[in-house]
Amino acid sequence: MEETVRIHVNGEAKAWPRGATVADLLQDLDIKTEQVAVELNLEILDRTAFAHRALNDGDRVEIMSFIGGGSF
Amino acid sequence: MADDRLIIAGREFKSRLWVGTGKYKDFVETQKAIEISGADVVTVAVRRVNITDRSNDNLLDYIDPKKYTILPNTAGCYTVEDAVRYSCLARAAGVSDLIKLEVLGDEKTLFPDTAGLIEAAKILIKEGFIVLPYTNDDPIVAKKLVDIGCPAVMPLAAPIGSGLGIRNPYNLKILMESVSVPVIVDAGVGTASDAALAMEYGADAVLMNTAIAGARDPLTMAEAMKYAVWAGRLAYRAGRIPRKLYATASSPIEGML
Repeated sequence: MEETVRIHVNGEAKAWPRGATVADLLQDLDIKTEQVAVELNLEILDRTAFAHRALNDGDRVEIMSFIGGGSF
Repeated sequence: MADDRLIIAGREFKSRLWVGTGKYKDFVETQKAIEISGADVVTVAVRRVNITDRSNDNLLDYIDPKKYTILPNTAGCYTVEDAVRYSCLARAAGVSDLIKLEVLGDEKTLFPDTAGLIEAAKILIKEGFIVLPYTNDDPIVAKKLVDIGCPAVMPLAAPIGSGLGIRNPYNLKILMESVSVPVIVDAGVGTASDAALAMEYGADAVLMNTAIAGARDPLTMAEAMKYAVWAGRLAYRAGRIPRKLYATASSPIEGML
């Protein structure tokens, strides 16, 4: 078994250590869990789920936050 | 005027000026402009976090959610599905069930797709959201939005970022008389008089972004808008005099030579 999983994070192809969780991913990317929302394969995760949702091959992760904007 | 509070869905707001956070030079200017404007409702957009460059600050490090009501929007969404998805992401990232719902019709006008708006609002209200819809200056659509459970409506004055001011004051007036919920005029304000006029017509609040952020001096414009909204509100409550074609002297004739 390969030691990494191939995933997409915010549209970018990435390889991450097998067994890593969403919480690990956020920590590695230096992203604070407060103020972000994480969508894993179109499912919005509860913050309490970050620590026990492991990343699998082909996963698509979207990490979203608030930015400046009025209307668009 | 001390009791002149704006209440929406049981939440009380001190300021009748609401502001967006886009188009500023940097977060420091954003923070200063908002502080000077006196606004206590601040709209934000939901976007992907930049995962390659983590040197960027977070907007909410500058706009304290304890001090301001953060109102996430679905800016940039053209379909019901996208608007619902972004609303759910905003709720997951944020602090409340409030959402400023935008379902846009086309890129050139950024006019709302009101059919999509009503559909998305229905779904989100069912999901427990407090939906503040960005809508057209159409009284019938506004009534429908209220009927399905929107606790306020946000009609445009003119296209987003156009600065044209209130293009259809009579529609806006009819809209305000048609609904029993607060009306927040959103988009199209160009300068202070536009904001004052919206308030004089009876708007409960005004939301703006570009008029402040795009001004040559955003901080001074933020201050101008604060007074404009305040003056307009006071004038509305005081009641303007009727318009007459001919003069009426304001000094007495009695006592003249």
